[in-house]
Amino acid sequence: MAGDTGLKRTALHDLHVKLGAKMVPFAGWSMPVSYPMGVLKEHLHTRAAAGLFDVGHMGQVMLPAGAVAALEALVPVDIAGLELNRQRYAMFTNDAGGILDDLMVSNRGDHLFLVVNAACAEADIAHLNAHVPGVTVVTGRGLLALQGPAAEAALQRLLPGVAAMRFMDVATFLWQGEDIWVSRSGYTGEDGFEISVPDAVIAAFAEALLAMEEVAPIGLGARDSLRLEAGLPLYGHDIDTTTSPVAAGLAWAIQKARRAGGARAGGFPGAERILRELAEGPASKRVGLRPEGRAPMREGVEIYAEAEGGSPIGTITSGGFGPSIEAPMAMAYLPATLAEGATVYGEIRGKRLPARITALPFHPTRYKR
Amino acid sequence: MTIRFTEDHEWLRPEGDLLVVGITEHASEQLGDVVYVELPEAGRTVAPGEEICVIESVKAASDILAPLAGEIVEVNEALPDTPGAVNDDPMSAWFFKIRPADASAVNGFMDEAAYKAFIG
Repeated sequence: MAGDTGLKRTALHDLHVKLGAKMVPFAGWSMPVSYPMGVLKEHLHTRAAAGLFDVGHMGQVMLPAGAVAALEALVPVDIAGLELNRQRYAMFTNDAGGILDDLMVSNRGDHLFLVVNAACAEADIAHLNAHVPGVTVVTGRGLLALQGPAAEAALQRLLPGVAAMRFMDVATFLWQGEDIWVSRSGYTGEDGFEISVPDAVIAAFAEALLAMEEVAPIGLGARDSLRLEAGLPLYGHDIDTTTSPVAAGLAWAIQKARRAGGARAGGFPGAERILRELAEGPASKRVGLRPEGRAPMREGVEIYAEAEGGSPIGTITSGGFGPSIEAPMAMAYLPATLAEGATVYGEIRGKRLPARITALPFHPTRYKR
Repeated sequence: MTIRFTEDHEWLRPEGDLLVVGITEHASEQLGDVVYVELPEAGRTVAPGEEICVIESVKAASDILAPLAGEIVEVNEALPDTPGAVNDDPMSAWFFKIRPADASAVNGFMDEAAYKAFIG
């Protein structure tokens, strides 16, 4: 649905406005960046209780069950080995071994269900249509994420049975006569769920959750600081068409079956580079940075090996202040030769400030495995 | 002496021959939660419009500009450790005190009624 600004609106637009959200343009959509609680408190609330996010701008796609091989030809991920009602993280790669988009794939038995990024959805669907028969873009459904330690108890009240799900399980539940598609996953580092809900009932469903004491609405601002603390990359910033999954630290998403010597080794775009980097290591890799002091180092800040002189050795791809770690944090691509614990320097306002290379995530993840 | 406001959303509160400077509630709401404050050094002589403080919120970085020519006499040393005070009580969370080069220059800024009209 398009508003008079030309921006698309999710089925929850009126609810956001009613809740006092600050709406901003994001990937062609009008989305809530924050609510009156504010980014900082929204972030902390999600870590302490449960946050409800509208992620209805993301693309939902169905492929026929027979499309497994065709999909495997686009991703370096073991789709054939994905068990029934399980979900896996994947990425579409290009011939240069870069990333076109990252996505979630679940095996629903008679079909595969994909969730792709809003900004890439149109290109992803064209890419799928060019290579996979029977692509169905899901319409008439929105997407919610309920995240945080109280998410399970809250959602269990509406959808009895979700508490039995494990991390990356998917299942269908019935609510007010409508099919609700649930996965136990998210983008915050917390336990939680992503919930595909028909437009007809999504506002009522969201309001039923928001009526619970532990649930608060959370905007894109806190979504970004939560995922950054959790060490999760954001497409278009920390990963893009030039970064390989290996350099991005996403080799864990490439299962044995698709690696050298595996049952279906290679056979995805950019396999040459990706398999080589798996064997030899990438030249540069995505790392965490903890700037000393309180000054945030944001996207675009150049990183130097020395406090003075020299050329940049990398650039920050995402950075900000972590409300839970109460400190600035950033991600950057740096030469793989630099060890964890090494000090590098980010140049802010003409001054080089020290930052330590650190393991990701910044804040421990709490998935229910 | 009355409190004055700049178009850059700073408040200027006279204190003897000094002006105490902070940012308005409107500015703090626009910025969002402030997480970092960088103050100038006391003793620095500044020109109007000079960038003298950095404020970073969870969303973005912005500057505080010198409202007028003068000397920075004192800075709020407690503020970098408690940047959230800028959101909690913006009219108390002062950044610095400046001795204007021209004591009458402050009269050129808006009073409270004019500022309220300015921000609509």
